[in-house]
Amino acid sequence: MTATFFWIFGGIAIGSALLCITRRNPIASALWLVVTLFALAALFVLLDAQFIAVLQVLVYAGAIMVLFLFVIMLLNLGRPGPTDIKGPVGLLTGAALAGALLFQLKVLGQTTLPSGIQLPPGTVAAIQQQQGIVGSVANPLFGAYLIPFEIASVLLLAAIVGAVVLAKRKL
Amino acid sequence: MLLNPALLISAVLFTIGVAGVLFRRNAIVIFMCVELMLNAVNLTFVALAQNLGMGGQVFVFFVMAVAAAEAAVGLAIILAVYRHKQSVSLQNMNLLKDG
Repeated sequence: MTATFFWIFGGIAIGSALLCITRRNPIASALWLVVTLFALAALFVLLDAQFIAVLQVLVYAGAIMVLFLFVIMLLNLGRPGPTDIKGPVGLLTGAALAGALLFQLKVLGQTTLPSGIQLPPGTVAAIQQQQGIVGSVANPLFGAYLIPFEIASVLLLAAIVGAVVLAKRKL
Repeated sequence: MLLNPALLISAVLFTIGVAGVLFRRNAIVIFMCVELMLNAVNLTFVALAQNLGMGGQVFVFFVMAVAAAEAAVGLAIILAVYRHKQSVSLQNMNLLKDG
């Protein structure tokens, strides 16, 4: 049952991602990307990462994609215009390179983890049962990963200041 | 048990993102393809977190934080370029190219 839903949502994610890169209108592209992000949130739920799935919808499908749509509409790029997809030579080169990459990444489909580093099955579910869905993510975040967390806050501050400096006409 | 399907889907999504970057000329669409690639990697992290512990899910946070910072700065750069060139096509961004 879980596997069936997994393949359904995986198919939705791949299909809408393909539509996202082939639509001519940037707004249509952005909306298909939102569909992909929602399908990925469903995959996260099926992989026992419910809190990450909520964040995916709130942060990605909500905040980041609104920012994208905001810029597209601000620059008035939603009108139908000449296509921005490259000509046959560029298209063929891109397809060949992407195909080579997929050929190399395909091995991931058959990979198995060495049993030495694998947790016994049900460990993550037990941690989530014991500490709660949010607590199981928050405990390592504010414990072992505290310093990266603080660095991320500095990065976000730098990004806010940088965005204002870049986008402002006159400081 | 869902590890291999998840890794396969993530590989396909990553490839679609790469293909989009190679095919398109619109800077905003290329940016969205980069977000797609970041999300494919997030799927890998979450799938492996099921087998290797919660650290993978914590890393998704950091990827999201970096993606948010990247989107804010990148879109500000696109806005600044649009003011100069009145276009977001990468064909017109050849200031550093000789000739």
